[in-house]
Amino acid sequence: MDIGLGHYLTVAAILFTLGVFGIFLNRRNVIIILMSIELMLLAVNINLVAFSVHLGDLVGQIFAMFILTVAAAEAAIGLAILVVYFRNRGSIAVEDINMMKG
Amino acid sequence: MVIQSIVFYVFSCALLICGVMVISARNPVHSVLWLIAAFFQAAGLFVLMGAEFLAMILVIVYVGAVAVLFLFVVMMLDINFVELRRGVVRYLPIGGLIGLVLVSELVAMVSGWVPAAGALAQLGAPVPPVDQISNTRALGQLIYTQYFYLFQTAGMILLVAMIGAIVLTLRSREGVRRQNVPAQLARRREDVVAVRKVPTRGGV
Repeated sequence: MDIGLGHYLTVAAILFTLGVFGIFLNRRNVIIILMSIELMLLAVNINLVAFSVHLGDLVGQIFAMFILTVAAAEAAIGLAILVVYFRNRGSIAVEDINMMKG
Repeated sequence: MVIQSIVFYVFSCALLICGVMVISARNPVHSVLWLIAAFFQAAGLFVLMGAEFLAMILVIVYVGAVAVLFLFVVMMLDINFVELRRGVVRYLPIGGLIGLVLVSELVAMVSGWVPAAGALAQLGAPVPPVDQISNTRALGQLIYTQYFYLFQTAGMILLVAMIGAIVLTLRSREGVRRQNVPAQLARRREDVVAVRKVPTRGGV
């Protein structure tokens, strides 16, 4: 019944998979895709903190903090791009994002 | 120990349920609210692990800023979300297959993982005993000394993100009447006031 590293890693693995699954499931909706990315980053953070606590090393928690920073920046920029895109095209469907024909 | 196990299972089950609801809710506003709930559960897990500072940061940064930003954008954009959900059933099998493969790989890797020999002797910053130095204090002592440049870089990243978001979304609209202070100050009496002789019973 003892809760160890494996338990946390399993939860994080399932959460990460949920994020990947969410991207596949909502392929047309950019907002849900961004939220799925947040879920995946959360899973990564759980992994880092679990390892940090299990191994007794604080560096993992510092790294998790920097991931939080980057995730916040990513969400802000992503949503800003989304707002600009919606203003120009009136839609946020992923398959409409083809102006650059990449 | 039993209480710890119960709390762990409650928080992690709630976290996974919230995760499922985030990706399956029909209304994106509900998705964002489930995302907020998921962040709270993850913060609970962090507290359980003994990382209080990160738990509080998670609640403040994610729930207070990021999730509210999502909520704001979802409510601001006028989008037909029912139209966007078209094709979910088509992507369900391939997504489920890839998810199943991924989760089985991850769990298989996790269950067989052991730290390498000698890894525990090479800790970057060992956790000080909790009864002497709290988690927040220990993190601060490390961030402001050894990881100071990284910390400053994180601040720069946030600054660049903030400026980038402003530059991206700022626009000057046509046809908006704004106060033009220089023009107001440059107004002279001779330019705008005219004295006319008005004849009796006549118009200007």
